[in-house]
Amino acid sequence: MRLIKEKTNIDFLGSTRRKFALALSAVLVIASLVSLATRGLEFGIDFTGGILLEVGYGESADLVKIRGDLTSAGYAGAQVQRFGAEEVVLVRLPPQEGDVDQIRARLQQVLHAGDQSIVLRRVEFVSPQVGSELAESGALALVFALMLIFIYVMIRFQWKFSAGAVTALAHDAIVTVGFFSIFGLPFDLTVVAAVLAVIGYSLNDTVVAFDRIRENFFSLRGMTATESMNISINEMLARTIITGVTTLLVLAALLFLGGESIAPFSIALIVGIVVGTYSSIYTASATALALNVNAQDLIEPIKDASLHDDLP
Amino acid sequence: MNKYPVWLNCLVFVILIAGCLLALPNIYVSVPAVQIADNNAVAYDEARLEEYVEAVQKAGAVPEAAYLQDGRVVLRFETGTDLTPIGESLKARYGRTANIAQTLAPKLPTWMREAGLGPMSLGLDLRGGVYVLLEVDMNSAIDTRMAIYQDSLIDSLREAEGLHRVELNNQVIRVRLNARADLEETREIIKRVDPDLVIADSTDGESLTVRMSDLQIKAREDFAVDQNITTLRNRVNQLGVAEPLVQRQGVDRIVVQLPGVQDPNEINKILTATATLEFRMVDQSGTEPGSRRYVGRPGQNAQVLKRKIIASGDQIVDASAGFSEGRPIVSISLDSAGGESMLKTTMEYLGKPMSTVFIETRREAVRRGDELEYRDVKTEEIISTATIQGVFKSRFQISGLNPGEAHDLALLLRAGALAAPVFKIDERTIGPSLGQDNIDRGFNAIKIGFLAVIFFMAIYYRAFGLIANIALFSNLIFIVAMLSLLQASLTLPGIAGIVLTVGMAVDANVLIFERIREELSAGASPQAAIHSGYEKAFSSIADANITTLIAAIVLFGLGTGPIKGFAITLMLGIITSMFTSIVGTRAIVNLIFGGRKLTSVPV
Repeated sequence: MRLIKEKTNIDFLGSTRRKFALALSAVLVIASLVSLATRGLEFGIDFTGGILLEVGYGESADLVKIRGDLTSAGYAGAQVQRFGAEEVVLVRLPPQEGDVDQIRARLQQVLHAGDQSIVLRRVEFVSPQVGSELAESGALALVFALMLIFIYVMIRFQWKFSAGAVTALAHDAIVTVGFFSIFGLPFDLTVVAAVLAVIGYSLNDTVVAFDRIRENFFSLRGMTATESMNISINEMLARTIITGVTTLLVLAALLFLGGESIAPFSIALIVGIVVGTYSSIYTASATALALNVNAQDLIEPIKDASLHDDLP
Repeated sequence: MNKYPVWLNCLVFVILIAGCLLALPNIYVSVPAVQIADNNAVAYDEARLEEYVEAVQKAGAVPEAAYLQDGRVVLRFETGTDLTPIGESLKARYGRTANIAQTLAPKLPTWMREAGLGPMSLGLDLRGGVYVLLEVDMNSAIDTRMAIYQDSLIDSLREAEGLHRVELNNQVIRVRLNARADLEETREIIKRVDPDLVIADSTDGESLTVRMSDLQIKAREDFAVDQNITTLRNRVNQLGVAEPLVQRQGVDRIVVQLPGVQDPNEINKILTATATLEFRMVDQSGTEPGSRRYVGRPGQNAQVLKRKIIASGDQIVDASAGFSEGRPIVSISLDSAGGESMLKTTMEYLGKPMSTVFIETRREAVRRGDELEYRDVKTEEIISTATIQGVFKSRFQISGLNPGEAHDLALLLRAGALAAPVFKIDERTIGPSLGQDNIDRGFNAIKIGFLAVIFFMAIYYRAFGLIANIALFSNLIFIVAMLSLLQASLTLPGIAGIVLTVGMAVDANVLIFERIREELSAGASPQAAIHSGYEKAFSSIADANITTLIAAIVLFGLGTGPIKGFAITLMLGIITSMFTSIVGTRAIVNLIFGGRKLTSVPV
């Protein structure tokens, strides 16, 4: 069976398509950055610190009543929302004054009001200090991963390819995080892990394409860099799409069956993989082309000393 | 063409068998069990095992299996057994020397257990429990050490001429001298107390400043954290939790994980409590230098107490709560130094009053502007003052507490004092219902995701797709095998990592199969196409996997908690999938198609 015909010949890197892709990427990146600058992210308590309670009720929970109870108990900043099911409620509070044990006991009492059948499924207290450290180490991980990848691709290929790969990855990371900002989705620690996994996946795609480009630079001599890159992308198209499909299949399973707490993670990966597939076709190759990549860049300098012996 | 040598086929087979064997313990169900560990981590032997079995049988319960594991006794019971009475009867008899925990144990056959095989361990988010991150107050660790130096300096310099005063301020001791003083001699005396102390002249020429060297501070901090870990382990052992984890994290943090604990209220008091005791003489004149006023608990009078501590909490080697004449008491045993000091004091001050001071430190969050600040609140209260009626040494009783306090205080004193206060900065409790939900959902996602992928592969690549599916399934087995072998905890993000690996692991096979198709359409013979398909796809696969591995390693190195769990399964998945999808599928392809005359390739 084939999803796409045996030999495709789509002019991915033709000038109109490339301009369109460039415009699309620019719009996506700028929209993401603007949203990040103005709206910011809906950070989870992993990063902000605070209190989170996941409460299971015996029957469908009355959010208005819960909010009212919390407000009258002095917890005005409480966010109350359903979490996956009618009976499950997630309560989030900013960091509170006083002793943790007393706060927990008090909250338990407030939420229990009138209904003894509730179950505290999860309680998390994170101090703001730990939160900011986690945010820092997450950002550090992102930068560090990009640096190491740049070095690896530089060793295996050449710096123009590195620049292409890292541009594509930064593009994917920004758009994925931007998606969370634009749609106001909760951004927690697992999303950071997902963004790094997206970087790994997208890079996977990019490197596979580069590998073929390198091969074709040598086997298809006499063609321009653009032509042989385009042929390479076409040749890898079936693989790119099939791997994308299988990965999206399992992620769909994770999103719909994995439960609410893993949902932001699944969404980040799904968005990232769609964007990553697109970017490894356009962004990575286009950047390398913009840097005038050619077959010469990949030929290793000859270090044979015997050549010098022939000189007079 | 396309034949693996016999040894390589054997190797693949052996690795597959090993993987299955390591993964096998995971299919057994868990049953209720009681786990008994010695408080001092002494390994139990067969004789002790029999003793415990007999004790349980006397209590009317018959274990389904009883064995030793890592020096601990495990008594396994049939499903549905109520462990509470068994645990209680054991605790009543052995609770002082052993940690008795109710838990679950997998119903493994004996040979498997004796071979050291076991199932994966589940993280707190899958089994429920409490996670606490504690911060050690390093400043306070230095403060207490400096206070001890101050006392020694006061003692040593007492005889030296020209001494004026020894003051402690901001972790610096200032030794004030007057005109007659000999600076050099004073310096010598200080050096004798501890040669590593850093001594500096101050500008006025009439005093010396003494501080701890950086090395001493570092050593003191390490000591405080290590000592706290030991103390916390002792405390946790008394809670009856199976497989508790107490571990250092970074410079000044300690992670405590208590699987199965439901209510953090009961453990928090015990974990972070700094409750301890001090015994001081009452300063009846009220004018001695260094004397200070202490408030009394309700019903106790405030007193002015002397500076010198007769004995303190860290000299207490044993404590137990009980009742005497209807009142709650704590019976105390001091170590030899404390006993000596107590003996000397009681002989010297017979008929004079002595007070017991109860000391506790708590950290509270206080709002200052928009920021939350933390403030340490130290309470020092006199819980009893009594006239010394007779000479005693290391064993005595104290009163003045309510029964709950007496019980907690005895436990805390037994476990040893914290070398420096600890404060909770992160606490997560996962209820058992959420844990089970997470397991069910996670495995469901793996199941459905896996089925979707193998259907797709079978339809798309026919026979080769089926071979890739065999590889994918063995890949799952290998991931489980590695997790069981490494005893790395499986968490919900870890499950997500497995799911992602299932989707990405077929990539290698897709690369190979697409390459074979390309070679075929370029006119290669079937055998040659298979051969060069594997050959030429290899560098792409290697590059692609190594770059993903880089991302996973960075995640593992810099990540914490949930991120680490994800990174572990992702790393393992990448490595095992390289093996199964390249070597594994090739072995099968070679066995089926290798060395035959083929007219077509079912890819």
